Amino acid sequence: MSDQGTLALEEETPKVEAKLIPVYIMGKKYEVPESLTIMKAMEYAGYKFIRGAGCRGGICGACGTVYRLPGDYHIRVGLACQTVVVPNMYLTQIPFFPANRAVYNWKDLKGEAEEVYKVYPELFRCLACNACSKVCPMDIPVMDYIAAIKRGDLEKAAEISFDCIQCGLCATRCMGELAQYHIAQMVRRIRGKFLTPPSEHCEKQVEAIKSGYYNQYLDELKALGALDPKAMDKVTAEIKKLKTLYNERQMEPDTAEDDWTPESDYALLK
Amino acid sequence: MAYPESLKRLIKKVEETRPERIKRKQANEEFPALSLEERTKVLNAFHPDVKEEGRREIAVGPNKGYRICHEMVNLLEARSRVNPEKVDLSKVDYEADVLVIGGGGAGTAAALLAQENGAKVIIATKLRHGDANTMMAEGGIQAATKGWKDSPYYHYLDVIGGGHFTNIPELVETLVTEAPDVIRWLLDLGCNFSKYPDGTLQTMHGGGTCRKRMHFAADITGAEMMRTVRDEARNRVEDITVIEFSPAVELILNDKGHCAGALLYNMETAEYIVVKAKAVVMATGGSGRLHIQNFMTTNHYGATADGIVMGYRAGVPICFLHTVQYHPTGVIFPEQAEGILITEKFRGAGANLVNIEGNQFVFEREPRDVEAACIIRQCVEVGKGVPTPTGKFGVWLDSPMLDQMFGKGYVKKEFPGKHILFSRFGIDIGEEPMLIYPTLHYQNGGLEFQKDGSTKLPGLYVAGEVGGGIHGENRLMGNSLLDIMVFGRISGRNAAQYALNNAQEGKLTLEHAVNYNKELDEAGIETDRIAPMLLPDYTLEHVKAKQLSVKYEGSLR
Repeated sequence: MSDQGTLALEEETPKVEAKLIPVYIMGKKYEVPESLTIMKAMEYAGYKFIRGAGCRGGICGACGTVYRLPGDYHIRVGLACQTVVVPNMYLTQIPFFPANRAVYNWKDLKGEAEEVYKVYPELFRCLACNACSKVCPMDIPVMDYIAAIKRGDLEKAAEISFDCIQCGLCATRCMGELAQYHIAQMVRRIRGKFLTPPSEHCEKQVEAIKSGYYNQYLDELKALGALDPKAMDKVTAEIKKLKTLYNERQMEPDTAEDDWTPESDYALLK
Repeated sequence: MAYPESLKRLIKKVEETRPERIKRKQANEEFPALSLEERTKVLNAFHPDVKEEGRREIAVGPNKGYRICHEMVNLLEARSRVNPEKVDLSKVDYEADVLVIGGGGAGTAAALLAQENGAKVIIATKLRHGDANTMMAEGGIQAATKGWKDSPYYHYLDVIGGGHFTNIPELVETLVTEAPDVIRWLLDLGCNFSKYPDGTLQTMHGGGTCRKRMHFAADITGAEMMRTVRDEARNRVEDITVIEFSPAVELILNDKGHCAGALLYNMETAEYIVVKAKAVVMATGGSGRLHIQNFMTTNHYGATADGIVMGYRAGVPICFLHTVQYHPTGVIFPEQAEGILITEKFRGAGANLVNIEGNQFVFEREPRDVEAACIIRQCVEVGKGVPTPTGKFGVWLDSPMLDQMFGKGYVKKEFPGKHILFSRFGIDIGEEPMLIYPTLHYQNGGLEFQKDGSTKLPGLYVAGEVGGGIHGENRLMGNSLLDIMVFGRISGRNAAQYALNNAQEGKLTLEHAVNYNKELDEAGIETDRIAPMLLPDYTLEHVKAKQLSVKYEGSLR
């Protein structure tokens, strides 16, 4: 059986037998293997990304790509790192757009919709044309969250816009010149801080830690030291104790409810 | 796209065993976990780290003789990108109190805290601000916020046990005691961690945790954290300047022996830029794009160990780089998604890993290195891996069992990012399992630093994945998003205080780089390798054959 440790891939080298198809990169025709993503196809064609590539995993928004198919006027969109090429794809990336991002003072906010309107007055230039939703590579109904913000429903807007990767494609198509993704980001932060109930247990723990409540327990563990990676077999009595504590610690069951408590309340807040 | 017939047939086996496995899961009957001895055995036999042919001793520098993977040694035994003697350090292009190298979670947190402590900050980033490993982290961030069942004491035990008991105790203590405050700080910045209706934060298990302390924001925790801190950094535009597409290629010191800035390379204009600073925070992240042992990686495009190179050249020792973390579950099919991380959270929620026969073969929440080694053993030695149409092997991650246990639509709701990703390939992961194999994921070690973020080099601070010692030989899930925020904040705060109170002015110098190049000569290293790498080279041979007049400086044209 081959040792798959060194298996991986000739990650960026496609199989020789892969069928070549034509794609048009900014209007220029290249023949690329049909199974590749747009990003790998562009690299196959000889492009080296400086702009237009980031996480390569569909979440950072660096590689927004717009394309058409032959004989069809529709504008289609995808992320270059996720979208597989199709024959005669006619594409470009839009790695940057000078959308307006308003500066605001977070500490001054009280969590009201009016605070959003104040820094983004262009919000109300939205014509509800829906061009933004059509160009979102994450299938977010952008117009719907803009509508929610306009009517003051910040919770709804946060929910709808949650998967936004801030690629900026929505702003490139907006007739009202909104930067939808920047507006939504401000709204989501407001929702996170002001529209959810406070997490008191977290505050309580922070206070306990500040007061030094846990110091003695941590001192106890620190005193047991650690192994030297160059001498893993030099197991002192302290390390043995540490391993014992580790092995004997009680595991919270997978299916336990949140209010589960362990048998031992050692080192817990009482 | 969708799964081909050959795989659809094998999926039936998974479906056959599923009802029984669900019954066992609901009765809290887990596949037996390995003992510490058994863990050591499987790691020594199957973990990619133990391959002797894959490593060699470093010939120069503070850790001369340290035996680590070729890919890293190649970067340490390499010359500067630019002849240090050619750089005119008297022409300073930018000046700041604190220069943060790296625009991920650690760098941005450092910038925010430095600014709050009175510093003018520059963030120099290789790609766009936020295009970093942080953005891709999914599962969650560990913190002992639930005092009735958890405390930093238990968090400490989990961290050090997961790290094979090699972690630096003071760093672990700092990590776990600062954790709840990080959550509080992020909540205060408007970060949308998932909560119950009464405000209690939702938490889950991760691999190797004894309490459910992993906080999350749906399945895009890293993205939500990154977006939040980045947005706040953008608000402080008076004091925080972000220079994008301009990675650092060399630290600049001064004649007092302090770190005094860095030389940046504008990748778009090919110009070198001198940044003078009173303190520097190194937050350059990981090294997955080195594709160690040809493994696919979960990391972003720019993860090329730059900070390790720059710090090492300036005399900062490295540690714990003899182990690298392979995330147990990376997508192995379809090919377009190869290497992409499938969060441990699936296993934390209860999904089984099963072999070609549909049977479990490992406790799903072993620490990552043990889990990865067991999957490799199942494919390579036991021979019960699932063959992919592309000639590789993987095992199934049975996500549909979550829909069956918690209701239809659970997977789509809790893991929207992955649901969308697979739906693009014609696969509904609420109905069909995913095919996975270990993928190169995290740099466990890195530059040596103290619990206050400082390094051996006065004025140089470290934050995030580029640092080593917190996680020992193996990091637990949820502790990286924690590490970047804890030490991002600590380094930012302390770098600002250093800049404003302790920094010593002096003549800027790249002498250390000149000396390092000399050291290479003396060690007989003959090479045209240059470092830092900056970006991996994915240009294929058939293209290079036609590039008759281009000159490559390392991997860049």
